[in-house]
Amino acid sequence: MDRLAYGLAALVGLAATALGGYGLAGGVGAIRLAWLVPLGGLELTLDPLGGFFLALIGFTAMPASIYAMGSSPGERRDRFAYLVFVLSMCLVPLAANTMTFAITWELMSLASYFLVLHDRESKASIHAGWVYAVMTHAGLACLLAGMLLLGAWTGSPRFEDWRAAAPALSGTARNAAFALLALGFAGKAGVIPLHVWLPLAHPAAPSHVSALMSGVMIKLGVYGLLRVSLDWLGVGPAWWGVAILVAGAASSVIGVLYALVEHDLKRLLAFHSIENIGIILLGLGSAVLYHGAGLSAPALLGLAAALYHTINHAAFKALLFLGAGAVVHATATRNMEEMGGLIKRMPWTAACFLVGSAAIAALPPLNGFVSEWLTFVVLFQSRHLDAVGLNLVFILGIASLALTGGLAMACFVKAFGITFLALPRSDAAARAHEAPVTMRLAMVALAAACVALGLGPTLVIPALGAVAASVLGTAPPATVGDWLTLRVSGGYASLSTLAIAVALAVSLLVPLVALPLVRASRRTRDYETWGCGRIVQTARMEYTATAFAYPFKRVFDFFYRPTKHLDIEFHPESRFFVERIEYENPARSIFDDWLYRPALDVLRAGARAARTLQSGSANLYLAYILAALLLMLVLA
Amino acid sequence: MIADVAAAVVQVLVVGLGAPLLVGALRTLKARLVGRRGPRLWQPYADLRKLLGKEVVVSTTTSWVFRATPYVLVATMLVTALIVPVTVARPPLAFAGNIILLVYLFMLGTFFLALAGLDAGSAFGGMGSSREVAIAALAEPTVIVAVFALALRADTIDLGRVVERFGREPWLAANPAHLLAFAAFFIVMLAETGRLPVDNPATHLELTMIHEAMVLEYSGRYLALVEWAGAMKLFLFMALLANLFVPWGLTGAVGPGPMLVGLLALAGKLAVLVCAVAVLETTVAKLRLFRVPELLAGSFALAFLSLMAVILVR
Repeated sequence: MDRLAYGLAALVGLAATALGGYGLAGGVGAIRLAWLVPLGGLELTLDPLGGFFLALIGFTAMPASIYAMGSSPGERRDRFAYLVFVLSMCLVPLAANTMTFAITWELMSLASYFLVLHDRESKASIHAGWVYAVMTHAGLACLLAGMLLLGAWTGSPRFEDWRAAAPALSGTARNAAFALLALGFAGKAGVIPLHVWLPLAHPAAPSHVSALMSGVMIKLGVYGLLRVSLDWLGVGPAWWGVAILVAGAASSVIGVLYALVEHDLKRLLAFHSIENIGIILLGLGSAVLYHGAGLSAPALLGLAAALYHTINHAAFKALLFLGAGAVVHATATRNMEEMGGLIKRMPWTAACFLVGSAAIAALPPLNGFVSEWLTFVVLFQSRHLDAVGLNLVFILGIASLALTGGLAMACFVKAFGITFLALPRSDAAARAHEAPVTMRLAMVALAAACVALGLGPTLVIPALGAVAASVLGTAPPATVGDWLTLRVSGGYASLSTLAIAVALAVSLLVPLVALPLVRASRRTRDYETWGCGRIVQTARMEYTATAFAYPFKRVFDFFYRPTKHLDIEFHPESRFFVERIEYENPARSIFDDWLYRPALDVLRAGARAARTLQSGSANLYLAYILAALLLMLVLA
Repeated sequence: MIADVAAAVVQVLVVGLGAPLLVGALRTLKARLVGRRGPRLWQPYADLRKLLGKEVVVSTTTSWVFRATPYVLVATMLVTALIVPVTVARPPLAFAGNIILLVYLFMLGTFFLALAGLDAGSAFGGMGSSREVAIAALAEPTVIVAVFALALRADTIDLGRVVERFGREPWLAANPAHLLAFAAFFIVMLAETGRLPVDNPATHLELTMIHEAMVLEYSGRYLALVEWAGAMKLFLFMALLANLFVPWGLTGAVGPGPMLVGLLALAGKLAVLVCAVAVLETTVAKLRLFRVPELLAGSFALAFLSLMAVILVR
């Protein structure tokens, strides 16, 4: 029965991909049911940008749904919420007026809320659900306020009319609308410092849902940001682009820094989603700035880079979450310190996870590399800008993207190495088993997508260029090189991942051919790891994830502000014998300490002050009603 | 087409065969500077041959990642050798990418080597991996920012065209921005190739080693491949440094004459660089591991200043 529901979800994904593809190819369509709901009715339209996101959702929902069929019955229990989640996500990029948008957006949030709460017994998951609900509704409040204000100012709830009317609005009005809408969408995208819900909610959900939440749901925040900054409100002042670019730079570096010291495999991946949203925003922010400065070619390229990274992140993050799900399924823990050696017991999962790790670490010739390369080239186009201040912002973007790339590589050495290599660190890891065939199928498909998107940028970029051109209202770029080589910005830079892949493959053969030629010895002996003469190697001698991340904790201690707890219990007879050592070195979140806790304290103090109104006496309440009535009459 | 293939073969041969000689020259010179006689120039070749003749001992703890890594490492260096301007300004694979690709190709090698370090399950390997990736991650912003400074002045990030532009207009190189970028890149080169003061290539002391700790489990032909790849990395970084910042003698033409001139020019530049590195390595002590980030932050500051100089003077 529940397999049927997931099969249905996969079919919805297939339909969404097809419809999205039709929209991408330039097809348009509209449905308007004015009688169904008040305030403008239900209105859906398909345009290239909406089609792009629709196809993205469908493309990710298919493997996630197929994967879910093989997961444990407990994980796939919430089939109805899952189906609603997928359907509502598909409708968001099609929504064409405030009412439709609000309904689909809220349905998506509620369905995902129930999926986050899927483990109804655990305190952690209830807390995660609570934080998610609060953050997502604070975001919704911002969005609704922005949309209703914009509707009032332009006189129409339809997005179509905003496009025409918004450029005529006053600067203050547009800035206010931008700030409210961008805040709401950034919250959904998990942009720093609005990210706090993300590392709680994504790991709490079942893995196929985490894959969708990280892979596509937060992308709908990006979708909204894109509409707000380039489409609905027309060309904005430079600070819009600067704000997006700086938010992107901060999110990318801070996201990966948190991921580095995180040893819950799924939380680590969730932090990487923040990082990748940051990289997407670097592309988007540059596009907004170039568009504002009238540089149409760099703006097109920036938007194309952002969209490319959006697809790529959906592919590798969904893959990694599904891989992590298979690992959790096999070992019954999310703690990396209890894993290890899984490559021998789960070869398929390990190979797929390795592809995903290499892709997210932007290693050539996989897809993550292509979009990060494009983003670098886009940021380098700031050479066309004259303002020194703006150039500084771009340098910040370049440096943070470079740092992010290096740190992400380090983080995935940890994630893959500690989880899959060396000796198992627990009995559960030693007894792990390979994932069922449907789960493997989904992972292999996504790994193949990562490779294909890496090798075929020359096929993908023209389609993205067309979407970008439709958003910016310019002509699509004429040509981007031949099938082999991608050329951007009129020959400023070129890339051919296909040539690199072929060269790498040929070079791999060189030692295989050359070694016999120089008469190298072929003898191989299996033996144990060298360990300074101790008797037997155990997993306790291995490097742990904590130890691996320690240099970073030390280098960035101004950011992590780690606290150290050391608790040693000595033998009662002598202090030279230690019975037990407990060591903890957790990092503290500056956002919790400096932003959310003070804000919550103010909120609580306000609530306490307001409590004095609440006496419990019915007479007093009647007096309130009378006072309110009188006030209304006086004001009217 | 045939000329391109010939150029590709020449570049790979120069890098592959020249790399051990470079390491040998550096070792001999360092020994002479401290008053030892030191090994012969071609000792690294003899070392490689010795390693190739020995049997491989593979830990039973390891997986295929450990056995594949030496091959991946060599492959990344060989591909890099087809992109870096070594004897011609535009090597055959130069169209496939620019310096950003180079940085990430080196990262591909580091990624696999660090995984192999973890694979055997020994504390040494993990320690080396953890330190190596930390240094590689912190060095990356410097490279990209320094290169952006160069690219701004040459108006392209295509390596070949940067080289040609600076070769045509040599006065462009006599500029503070250029020198600052060179200094930044030089420090990164020391860090990335595991030279003093970041890592000591001659030590096997547990607590200080970085690169050597990571490859501790390798033996026989695998170790030979890893060492060869390490030597090629040093060669490529030095050639990049030499030809990117002092591109004279290098032309875009492919042919026996120009390539020979390019090779001779490269040999001269590398000789100067080797002397500089040897003198540096005999005069400075290894930094404590947690002082290395300060050095890398310093190199980033240099790269940033270089970029600011370009932007403000423009």
